[in-house]
Amino acid sequence: MTVRFTLNGVPVSVECAGSRRLLDTLRGDLGKTGTKEGCGEGECGACSVLIDGEVVDSCLVAVGQVEGRNVLTVEGLAGPDGTLSRLQQAFIEHGAAQCGICTPGMLLAAHVLLQRTIRPSAADVREGLAGNLCRCTGYTKIIEAVLSCTT
Amino acid sequence: MHDVTYLRPTDLKDAVQLYRTTPGCRPLAGGTDLIVMLHARTLRPPPRAVLDVWSLLELKGVRRTQGMLEIGAAESYTGIIRSRDAQEHVPALVAAARTIGAAQIQNRGTLGGNLANASPAGDTLPVLLAYDAVVVTDRRSIPIDQFFTGYRKTALQADELIVAVRMPLGRRVVFRKVGTRAAQAISKVVTAVSRSPARVAIGSVAEVPLRARRAEAALERGDMEGAIAAVADDIRPIDDVRSTAAYRRTVTQNVLRELLSVKPAL
Repeated sequence: MTVRFTLNGVPVSVECAGSRRLLDTLRGDLGKTGTKEGCGEGECGACSVLIDGEVVDSCLVAVGQVEGRNVLTVEGLAGPDGTLSRLQQAFIEHGAAQCGICTPGMLLAAHVLLQRTIRPSAADVREGLAGNLCRCTGYTKIIEAVLSCTT
Repeated sequence: MHDVTYLRPTDLKDAVQLYRTTPGCRPLAGGTDLIVMLHARTLRPPPRAVLDVWSLLELKGVRRTQGMLEIGAAESYTGIIRSRDAQEHVPALVAAARTIGAAQIQNRGTLGGNLANASPAGDTLPVLLAYDAVVVTDRRSIPIDQFFTGYRKTALQADELIVAVRMPLGRRVVFRKVGTRAAQAISKVVTAVSRSPARVAIGSVAEVPLRARRAEAALERGDMEGAIAAVADDIRPIDDVRSTAAYRRTVTQNVLRELLSVKPAL
């Protein structure tokens, strides 16, 4: 089937089985390899993307389900000229990325949190990122990076 | 991935028709269980189609109707958590929804999916039992205590679609989940309790989410210590990767003691 949706602000059209995982379409068909596969069963959050502004695990979404919707991946966080977002810059400055596998998902979950919550506390950040596991266990610096964007 | 045809019905009527006429069809909502199983090819018999009910308006929303609170089968846990009506009338269900996975899962998981998947560890299921929920399908209403018929088995017929869940207003239910951590944990013991009428409903301690009937009978008599003793005989826990049977038995009794001392909010 043909699935049409908006990816990082750009209309896209993909020919594939509607039951294909959104994760596989993003990485395999559309070349957006910023989205990572971790566990493949909704436990780790590495494949987090936003659908209509809500964070989801793209390994749990059939691509047919994003017909007509807005999908944001980590590639869409920076400006059109490649300028990193404030949150991305904060991750660099705080050393919030180690091996990097969890980073795209962390950025997207944190992006939603910062949009939705005015002045989130450290507890809010921990809850907002609870679905994103860091195998390097670098949580402290990740939380510090997110909190640095709240003022 | 199982090789399946993806079907997107236009409305509930279309969905019911497609589900009845498509062999080997599985309803798909948020995909938090089904997509994992499709990808791992663990469904038996292998499905031939999925019916995407996620966007059907008739399956969305939280509303008051006929003196009950009705929640659409494909409403997300996030939608339930954010609903003023749910917060006011079924706070224990909101509490349960908040313990499920984390934001990513709460944005996709649904009551219809939790019911149809019928895992003994489904976190909303003891809550629905404690509220005496009614499962509304395309053809009938099924009382929740008749819904779970065996390990991951339900009273649903092969072509029967869950449409909504209804719960009475004004019942006071308290909830407690015990897992490895607050988020992203599959329950070791998950309990919901109502004092009046007496309902003690527990998950992860038997092949189905169950009502602890002996404990309930003791509670009806006002015998709290009797209920805490009896609940150990009501449950049928096993040793598995998450816990031992002995741990689950002790924790079930401890949690029941705790919940019976809590004054429920409503």
